[in-house]
Amino acid sequence: MNVQNVPKSELDAIVVRFAGDSGDGVQLLGSQFAQETALAGNSLATFPDFPAEIRAPTGTTYGVSAFQINFGSRVVKTAGDQPDVLVALNPAALMVNYKGLRKGGLIILDSGAFKDKEIKRAGFTVDPRTDGTLKEFRVLELDISAQALEVAKPFGVSQKEALRTKNLWTLGLVSWMYDRELNSTNEYVARKFGADDPVGQANLAALKAGHAYGETHEISGDVSPVQMPAVQFEPGTYRLVSGAEALSWGLVAGAQLAGLEAVLASYPITPSSPILHILAKLKQFGITTFQAEDEIAACCAALGASYGGKLGITASSGPGIALKTEAIGLGIGTELPLVVVNTQRAGPSTGLPTKTEQSDLFLSVWGRNADAPIPVVASRSPGDCYEVAIEAVRLATKYMTPVMLLSDGYIANAAEPWKIPSIKDTAPFPVAFHTETEGFHPFLRDDKTLARVWAVPGTPGLMHRIGGIERDYNSGNISYDAANHQKMTDTRAAKINNIANDIPEQGVEAGELKGKLAVVGWGSTFGPINRAVHNMRAKGFDVSHIHIRHIWPLPRNLESLLKSFDKVLVAEMNNGQMLTLLKSQYLVDAKGLLKVSGQPLKIDEVESAIRSQLGAP
Amino acid sequence: MNVQVEPAKLTPKDFASDQEVRWCPGCGDYAILKAMHKALADMGAKLENTVFVSGIGCSSRFPYYMATYGFHTIHGRAPAVATGLKLARPELDVWVVTGDGDALSIGGNHLFHVLRRNVDVNILLFNNEIYGLTKGQYSPTSRIGQKSPSTPMGSVDSPAEACTFALGCNARFVARGIDIQAKELGELFARARAHKGASFVEIIQNCIVYNDGTFSNFTDKDVAAEMQLHVKHGQPMLYGKAKNKGLRLNTKTLQIETVVVGENGVTAEDILVHDEKNRVLAGLLASLRPPQYPEILGVIYCDPAPSYEAQVVAQTAQARAKGPGDIDKLMRAGNTWSVT
Repeated sequence: MNVQNVPKSELDAIVVRFAGDSGDGVQLLGSQFAQETALAGNSLATFPDFPAEIRAPTGTTYGVSAFQINFGSRVVKTAGDQPDVLVALNPAALMVNYKGLRKGGLIILDSGAFKDKEIKRAGFTVDPRTDGTLKEFRVLELDISAQALEVAKPFGVSQKEALRTKNLWTLGLVSWMYDRELNSTNEYVARKFGADDPVGQANLAALKAGHAYGETHEISGDVSPVQMPAVQFEPGTYRLVSGAEALSWGLVAGAQLAGLEAVLASYPITPSSPILHILAKLKQFGITTFQAEDEIAACCAALGASYGGKLGITASSGPGIALKTEAIGLGIGTELPLVVVNTQRAGPSTGLPTKTEQSDLFLSVWGRNADAPIPVVASRSPGDCYEVAIEAVRLATKYMTPVMLLSDGYIANAAEPWKIPSIKDTAPFPVAFHTETEGFHPFLRDDKTLARVWAVPGTPGLMHRIGGIERDYNSGNISYDAANHQKMTDTRAAKINNIANDIPEQGVEAGELKGKLAVVGWGSTFGPINRAVHNMRAKGFDVSHIHIRHIWPLPRNLESLLKSFDKVLVAEMNNGQMLTLLKSQYLVDAKGLLKVSGQPLKIDEVESAIRSQLGAP
Repeated sequence: MNVQVEPAKLTPKDFASDQEVRWCPGCGDYAILKAMHKALADMGAKLENTVFVSGIGCSSRFPYYMATYGFHTIHGRAPAVATGLKLARPELDVWVVTGDGDALSIGGNHLFHVLRRNVDVNILLFNNEIYGLTKGQYSPTSRIGQKSPSTPMGSVDSPAEACTFALGCNARFVARGIDIQAKELGELFARARAHKGASFVEIIQNCIVYNDGTFSNFTDKDVAAEMQLHVKHGQPMLYGKAKNKGLRLNTKTLQIETVVVGENGVTAEDILVHDEKNRVLAGLLASLRPPQYPEILGVIYCDPAPSYEAQVVAQTAQARAKGPGDIDKLMRAGNTWSVT
């Protein structure tokens, strides 16, 4: 059998999906392969796709954990619609993933894990290797389990530990297939276990053995190694970055640009917790982290910190944000800065905690009691989180308001090569606390921004009281006056609406500023929409890509831009929230490409929708 | 205008804001407010370094009537807001004013955690055993059988006991006072403020509109001496006009008994001596309630431990000992590559 892993002509990009049991170490396998691939100079995007259960019963389909990587010698914008290669470490991983594989794609499976019991447990009635189930694919069977056991045993590790080296063995093999260097993985393993640890040594040996197996054993000729030339990125220093990392670092940079120390108060929740973990290690940056007793306390503590003159930040996901809404309302009423990070996940309620969705747009823009406007910004990719986090801090401190910063489960966990910015690239926006006692009251406003003064406890002569009860426009004292409430409500709305004059005008990411069709997206759908629009333009279709970063207030020219197109298609991972927002604001006759499967939008899905909108076959 | 000009030596009046106090005439809150104005003046507190944080309810209007900094927050959440404030500004003198509904019902979780963490804030729980601001529903401290708009046939659920709850949360300072006892309250405020870590003071407070007289069996002048025991560290727990009633521990049942010195062979040596640092004793004392026992007042428990924010500050200092963070350096740590 001559199994080439992909046709030569398609080698500008390839999608590999690793899948196995939750305990197989698939995420480590995938992220180390991504690291090696990044260091080789390829463009890439990753998609960790794991279950909510930490260790589901072994061998079950709901316990399957997967990691997809799309990498190439051209710029890669998504984790890929369809894998070209599937590595399945057990029958359940095959069951869950084989149908998504491209026809003619390659399956590498661990035959050692294909025992009758495991095959039945995965839901196959007959061994799928024998009944034609996989006839549309090319299959390479290797007894990875036995190989790993044999290599690891001499290090005196237990049977269980020896078997667990199979992810590193697989990594060695796949690294050989794509000509990846193993240095970064060697260093990682040595760092994790220590140089003398037998488990670490066993893992290193497995890694080396997997690589050597590819080089010297039977499969030579069956799967030939593939050369993937480096992408010519613009000059600079690069790294792989996940959304959670870039977002955390953006918050740190934002606080520094504002000249503030920060307090992050959070309660653990998937997929937001990495932000808490990352910032907890950054105390030397003047970041204090507080794991609160619940989501409400987290938001309240962040607001208390802002009241005290630091930058209050709270980070959560949908269900947690719902709990925070009353405290966000207090921040709106008392006009204190607050950054609320929402790493969205599929809902409602607990929903699908580890799966991605963009369905908290309404919650962010409108989801509070009373008229309670706040700015909302959304990041479009892992690296973009850095800039958007800085923007959230800028708006919160300049306008004295809570700001909603949207990410999602896909962005948070995915990684991409990132040209590392410098904090010096961004103009500082230092905060000036109010100290002048003459004529002071806590709701003195800046004429231009309408932001109130920030007078912090400890300042002599500025003692004042603020709170949730409506405040008098001219003194800040509590007021039940009808006209005053109207005026304060109008002022709060005007303050936020006015931000539209302080953000960039809306442009297009691809195509012309007018034409037959605009595909509108926001957040993590940037990649698939952008690639699809470029693809379709290359085929001659008149289509443009509009990507909205500032969700609220919307860019001031957005209405005229949308109305420069005959048709508008909003593509988003919810049931039509941006679609409804745009219709309500502009009475634009937009259509939706809406998807809520917990999986990222595919390029092919966007292309089909474009064809359909433009009446093409 | 909220501007307050600070004279050299502050008087109680200087701690009063210019806002009209809006509690019902005769409300116990007036007395507590007055006691606080005086206590802060006596302690030499600074207006600008003092912050009152409150939740929702009658008691939570307190900050508006103080000339210090104040933050009237949302229902039950004052301890969380105060925790964030202390993390941001550990040097500030932070007071939390709350009520039985605010602290023990909607905010029970936050009260638990602010106490167990030992955040250096002074928590004043005004306990009137009723919801006043929402017009008289029974509260988590209302006694069984309390008739109210929401319990027309009498409440059936067992009440929470504030000081026992606080001790159960591992509070390191627990005290109890009465709204109308200004001198004693002032002393408790001073002790609470001096205590590093969370201090919890329950203030028995009469709601003149919805629960008037509920505490009169121990607060009325004619019964006060016989029904109140003001405990002092190191002193025998004696009470009564003749100071001949006292508390004795029955070592067989591990219960406290009321006894009379000179009767039934009871001598002065039998009377328990108050030890503020004895947590077991504090637990026993906190649970004694009239009419079977005298109301226990004063500092029931005080055994300081390092405060939460002080330890957080210490960790930050430790992390900073290696120098301040450099974000550009941080982002370039680990595996990077250059494109030229």
